[in-house]
Amino acid sequence: MKLASARMSREAPGRLGPLWTFLFRFGPPRWTEYVLRNWSGQRLVIAVPYLWLLVFFLVPFLIVLKISFAEFSPLGRPPYEPVFRWLEEGALQIKLLIGSYSYLLNEPLYVSSWMYSIKVAFFSTLFCLMLGYPMAYAISRSTPTYRNVFLMLIILPFWTSFLLRVYAWIGLLKNDGVINNVLLAMGLIDEPVTMMNTSFAVYIGIVYSYLPFMILPLYSNLEKHDNTLLEAASDLGAGPIKAFMRVTLPLSMPGVIAGSLLVFIPAVGEYVIPSLLGRADQLMIARLLSDEFFLNRDWPKASAVAIAMLLLLVVPIMLFQHFQNKELEAQKR
Amino acid sequence: MKTQGLFSKSVLGLGFLFLYVPILSMVVYSFNDSRSVTVWNSVTSPTLKWYGRLFGDEQILSAAWLSIRVAAMSASGAVVLGTLAGLVLARFGPFKGRALLQGLTTAPLVMPEVITGLSMLLLFVSLEQLFHAFFGWQFDRGVMTITIAHITFTMAYVTVVVQSRLASFDDSLEEAALDLGARPARVFFRITVPLILPAILSGWLLAFTLSWDDLVVTQFVSGPGSNTLPMVIFSRVRLGVSPVVNALASLMVLVVALGVILSAVLMRRQEQRRKREEQMAAAG
Repeated sequence: MKLASARMSREAPGRLGPLWTFLFRFGPPRWTEYVLRNWSGQRLVIAVPYLWLLVFFLVPFLIVLKISFAEFSPLGRPPYEPVFRWLEEGALQIKLLIGSYSYLLNEPLYVSSWMYSIKVAFFSTLFCLMLGYPMAYAISRSTPTYRNVFLMLIILPFWTSFLLRVYAWIGLLKNDGVINNVLLAMGLIDEPVTMMNTSFAVYIGIVYSYLPFMILPLYSNLEKHDNTLLEAASDLGAGPIKAFMRVTLPLSMPGVIAGSLLVFIPAVGEYVIPSLLGRADQLMIARLLSDEFFLNRDWPKASAVAIAMLLLLVVPIMLFQHFQNKELEAQKR
Repeated sequence: MKTQGLFSKSVLGLGFLFLYVPILSMVVYSFNDSRSVTVWNSVTSPTLKWYGRLFGDEQILSAAWLSIRVAAMSASGAVVLGTLAGLVLARFGPFKGRALLQGLTTAPLVMPEVITGLSMLLLFVSLEQLFHAFFGWQFDRGVMTITIAHITFTMAYVTVVVQSRLASFDDSLEEAALDLGARPARVFFRITVPLILPAILSGWLLAFTLSWDDLVVTQFVSGPGSNTLPMVIFSRVRLGVSPVVNALASLMVLVVALGVILSAVLMRRQEQRRKREEQMAAAG
């Protein structure tokens, strides 16, 4: 009997006992009973990570959304007026302000840092692709032994501290840093080139930190390519460049897109790299969010920035998930 | 063919130069006996002076200890939750809400950290208010909140690793065990877990590293007095380059390099053993 029920539940996997059903229909006193009676072990297994993610990942966004519509009260603790309030007469008052959002659209400081963030993320992604694609291609063409060594060398920096790898560039890019010293010693320049606290340094930092995220998806795509296709192309008279453009490149598009999204999305919201290497007169959007929150204690405005950033990134994030799922489906045999 | 080989070599050479020169220069200058880090003092260098300073630095040592504890707790929590989520997504077939679960587990992989950090902090503040209003109980932000936040964003990585490992082999072994009368929980611990153990281990290490390394989310959710190592490093580095940080970084690079090489050797040995056993099984 036990065996039968186990088999049954494997063949017809139970739904996640819809949370709202038992919250609303079964009410608090009976819900434990409901769980014991209706939830097989399987449902419990589903429920544990599900509840965790709902409580600690989804609900926080709803709170951010709520606070983004609240009114800023500099002296309050916490520093915003409640959005929902029970009035004496038993009515629920809901006060939604769109002031924080209109501020985001009209304040020149914000507009320019949005533009700057998107520009930096876009070009960093492009540079990562230009550097990462040839590397991934070369790795996928090398012999298996070398391939493993190369892959290990790509992954190794990823295991060391991100913060310290960004820090390492300060020592290289400073006015009296390694690069300037070498160039001066070689006589290529007469006085140090200013590289720290420029957009150039930010590009270097982002490309450096995110390069493995570009190379790995590209490699796992390129590695699967069937060599006979290239042979066929060359038999039919295509030169190596044409064969690459017409066969390899189109086939590797999923890898290109996955890698680009993995770089672009976090780069838009990058905080550490521009803080350490970037310009002081042109902030990126994540820095504005953090300053608004920690320095001005303006929680509603910081929340509005977060929501706006999320709206901007929702399409790329969905695209990424789409490709991620396809990848996982393809692994199933 | 020849030109392609040359092209590959130069691309890889330049790429790896770009990846490793900063790390190497950091290591080299950690032995430099001069305050202004980048000017090599050739008279008294190399020196271990900064390593000595590092081990006398109370602030860094206590922050490192805190980071280790937080990272170990978060990695363990993330492995439990992430393995369950990976199992559910890979094995439980379609159920209502599967798409949402898939979305919730992949979103943290790309979510900008400031957003995650802000939303977690606002959740904790709301919870504080709630607890205070209902139970009169005040909890402080600190190790607890940092750990919860780290579990949440690192479990996504564990889920992906476990899910793709589970997707790489079919469920016939688990099916067989069920047919022989083992209960699902027993099947999970006796069959599934041993099969995905490498994925679980690398998931744990990945989660540990990510937690150990995290600055932004931690800055949001930590309370007064709970400074993790990245927070201490960040505040020092903002004031300028510091040779003690170079020494710390070099030690971390050393540990990671040893770990990676060791695990590669172990994995290779295991692979060879497996191949030998397969051959023997085929022969016998």
